[in-house]
Amino acid sequence: MHEEILITARSNPPVDPVMHIWGWEISVYLFLGGLTAGIMFFSALMLLLNRDEEAPFSVNRLSLLAPVVLSLGMATLFLDLEHKLFVWRFYTTFEPTSPMSYGAWILVLVYPITLLQVLSTLRSGYPLLASLLTGTRPERVLLVCERWRRPIAWAAIPVAVALGIYTGILLSAFSARPFWNTGLLGPLFLVSGLSTGAALIALIARRHSEKRLFTLIDAGLILTELVIVALLLVNLSTGAQPQLDAAARLLGGDYTAWFWGAFVALGLLIPLLLEAAEIRATLRSLALLAPVLVLVGGYVLRVIAVDLGQETTWIDYGSEFNTELLERLH
Amino acid sequence: MTHYAMVIDTRLCIGCGDCVIACKTENKVPEGLNRDWVVEATRGTYPDLSTEFRSERCNHCSHATCVYMCPTGASHHWKDTNIVLVDPNKCTGCKACIAACPYDARLVMHPGGYIDKCTFCHHRVEKGLDPACVSTCPTRCMYFGLLDDPSSEVSELLRRRDYKVLAPETGNRPNVYYLT
Ligand code: SF4
Ligand code: SF4
Repeated sequence: MHEEILITARSNPPVDPVMHIWGWEISVYLFLGGLTAGIMFFSALMLLLNRDEEAPFSVNRLSLLAPVVLSLGMATLFLDLEHKLFVWRFYTTFEPTSPMSYGAWILVLVYPITLLQVLSTLRSGYPLLASLLTGTRPERVLLVCERWRRPIAWAAIPVAVALGIYTGILLSAFSARPFWNTGLLGPLFLVSGLSTGAALIALIARRHSEKRLFTLIDAGLILTELVIVALLLVNLSTGAQPQLDAAARLLGGDYTAWFWGAFVALGLLIPLLLEAAEIRATLRSLALLAPVLVLVGGYVLRVIAVDLGQETTWIDYGSEFNTELLERLH
Repeated sequence: MTHYAMVIDTRLCIGCGDCVIACKTENKVPEGLNRDWVVEATRGTYPDLSTEFRSERCNHCSHATCVYMCPTGASHHWKDTNIVLVDPNKCTGCKACIAACPYDARLVMHPGGYIDKCTFCHHRVEKGLDPACVSTCPTRCMYFGLLDDPSSEVSELLRRRDYKVLAPETGNRPNVYYLT
């Protein structure tokens, strides 16, 4: 037997009995960050490929969602900070060893680029909005941005990829948390972010050709995601003891139902089957279901990653003290 | 880098918890939070049991992952030593450092919202004193000093005695040593 217990009462709130420093705020932020990456990526890609006819929504209107979705994500990120008045401290330094520092600066790049993407397609996508500017100085800005729409789209692509992959790298750089500590998390979050982006387009685009195109794209992304998830499981279940412990939580432990049921089955496999049926035009009536499931699955992935990851650890003490009983002593 | 170390003799420690109280008093640690704690590790099968007491705290790692992950530089090595401190005026309370510490040695200080942790009592060390826990221990099982100095008590002990550190496999190069 080998048993290690704390014999002085330690109940440091976010650490004991299991670490819980990050909650829904961070899962939502990581999800919306990935979604923003998908939105930026596909609006830029469709523009560069001249798909105005086939995918008019993506080319002209989609990009407006990027700053909106990202701002929502930033808001929940801000909610999570414990020392809110000092948020500006992210921007008085650059810390080359800290992924969060890279993230803070990537966001500074993302905002202006999404705005440029919006401006460069505002007249074609939202003529009513753009007409408010006719004859004013800002209209000139619109015209300049329009002329530069291709270079803007070219710039948006690497920034979108950086944003999408960073949300995974952020977690994977924590050597102290065995579940996160794999380079596969970066690609997994990137592909999942792109997939939720594609699903969003399939959900709201009107034109049939566009829905079909993005159903096809999303099916490809889901297949890729399944491969990465399989690799992640191989990686965890062939690792050292702390990784094996993390794997056990997914393979029979307390996260099994969430991981296999809510994420793999509902979030990946079922939408993949639905999309396949849709592509072969056998299942029109359920067309909205697949993208909704993909979006939910993307969020469930972030929740599992954030919740399970922080609980996995190198050190695990039992506590002799029931902290709830101790509270009553006051 | 000036290399401070704490050496704790698990053969002398009786798990009384005075180090915990000393720290709370010296550093006015808020109610409900602790910067150090005592672990009782029991090995064997009854009746063949052995027990080890360990007074634990931040290991002031030479390879401090908490410092590397901090996005603002709030977590830092103090004055080119291995002593890890947090500057409350730079800390955003993002909690990355809590996740980054494999020893779960950091805590959020309420209600201030910044991160608090063991400081190796650097305010005492500066004056040539030992950290409060070390100077309070009634069994005198704790030692503090410079590893750079081969004639220091801590260097001597690590030369003479068998010792271990916690989870060296994390790669953090912890600096709290346990004599076994
Ligand atoms: S024990 Fe944890 S908090 Fe202390 S220096 Fe090492 S990584 Fe940082
Ligand atoms: S909580 Fe404070 S000290 Fe910790 S990583 Fe964030 S900014 Fe740095």
